[in-house]
Amino acid sequence: MYNFAYHRPGSLAEAERKLKAAADGRLLAGGQTLLPTLKQRLAKPSDLIDIGRLAELSFIKADGRSVQIGATTRHATVAASAEVRKAIPALAKLAGGIGDPQVRNMGTIGGSLANSDPAADYPAAVLALGATIHTTERAIAADDFFKGLFETALKPGEIIKSVSFPVPEKAGYMKFAQPASRFCMVGVFVCKAGSGVRVAVTGAGPCAFRQSAMEKALASNFSAAAIESVKVSPAGLNADIHCSAEYRAHLVGVMARRALTEANG
Amino acid sequence: MPTVSMTVNGKSVGKTVEDRTLLVQFLRQDLGLTGTHVGCDTSQCGACVVDVNGHAVKACTLLAAQTEGARVTTIEGLAAADGALHPMQQAFMDNHALQCGFCTPGMVMSAVDLLKRHPNPDEQTIRRELEGNLCRCTGYHNIVKAVQQAAKAMAR
Repeated sequence: MYNFAYHRPGSLAEAERKLKAAADGRLLAGGQTLLPTLKQRLAKPSDLIDIGRLAELSFIKADGRSVQIGATTRHATVAASAEVRKAIPALAKLAGGIGDPQVRNMGTIGGSLANSDPAADYPAAVLALGATIHTTERAIAADDFFKGLFETALKPGEIIKSVSFPVPEKAGYMKFAQPASRFCMVGVFVCKAGSGVRVAVTGAGPCAFRQSAMEKALASNFSAAAIESVKVSPAGLNADIHCSAEYRAHLVGVMARRALTEANG
Repeated sequence: MPTVSMTVNGKSVGKTVEDRTLLVQFLRQDLGLTGTHVGCDTSQCGACVVDVNGHAVKACTLLAAQTEGARVTTIEGLAAADGALHPMQQAFMDNHALQCGFCTPGMVMSAVDLLKRHPNPDEQTIRRELEGNLCRCTGYHNIVKAVQQAAKAMAR
């Protein structure tokens, strides 16, 4: 790991200033992706600004219509939250299935979203539930947030503060995990809400994306049977040593049907 | 270079380290606590698991500076002052839950952590909770038995 200057600001405002002042600064939240990246010398930031202990960014608030989660809330905290489990059980389940218990004790929702790893879990929930990402500068709709491989709508110096999730009527999540890393080979989050049906896929493309053919098929019949005949094209999907694009396309259908069964269970 | 201070196994420690120093390096090289192992160095194997403020974490994926002010417990801090083994350590011995022993410090720390959340776990829960700890010798079977024995011993 190349050396850097470590900072632990006492407030979000100070973090913003430090980030803007740094030549090539990066935010450190849970560090479960950033530190492995640095250890492999895949990045060489001049400064790390540690926001992982800012109390103002770590909270869960639920009011019956939405659940708001602070950016540095740990995966384990979301998984164990009585409020999240009651309002959006599929979201608590997703958080409880990220990585392993030790990673969940450090990793944060804001870090996961800002990183936009193609195989991360949270982007599927954010996209399918139609969440809003609140930053130091604006509110970004989930549909406008994920731009590509490790690429988001965030601008330099912009910091995620929280994510608000509308409470759906029904939701379900299922992933086919890579056995060593527990990252998603394919994960599918399905959601039925007053505003309609949304289906989001992670692990299969450069970043999380919506599966519109399934959304259409599910609009009038929110069940696994309704998408039996939906064909998923492997064009543009990820392919690697673990899984071909064709197999990922197949898994999108299987995971979507299992997620629907769970949502209706 | 920052000075980091924390409580490790009940003792206050403070050292000046490079910003990039990982917690596991701090424990092993600065404090000489070599019970915490470095296995994969990529956050997957769990040989480096320690307890920070009541939560199991991978010490190879955490900066020493991030644990400023924290209470840290390593495998060296589990046994009682008189040398009596922690029930989990005793259960690993009794059940032959190790062969080469390299993964054992992290495995024991994760097992102690899982019993805090699941005081009476079934086999499936134990296996799921130990997903972050890899053992290439035992096939996990005796590790599961050890965790179950320790759960019973600690419930008494």
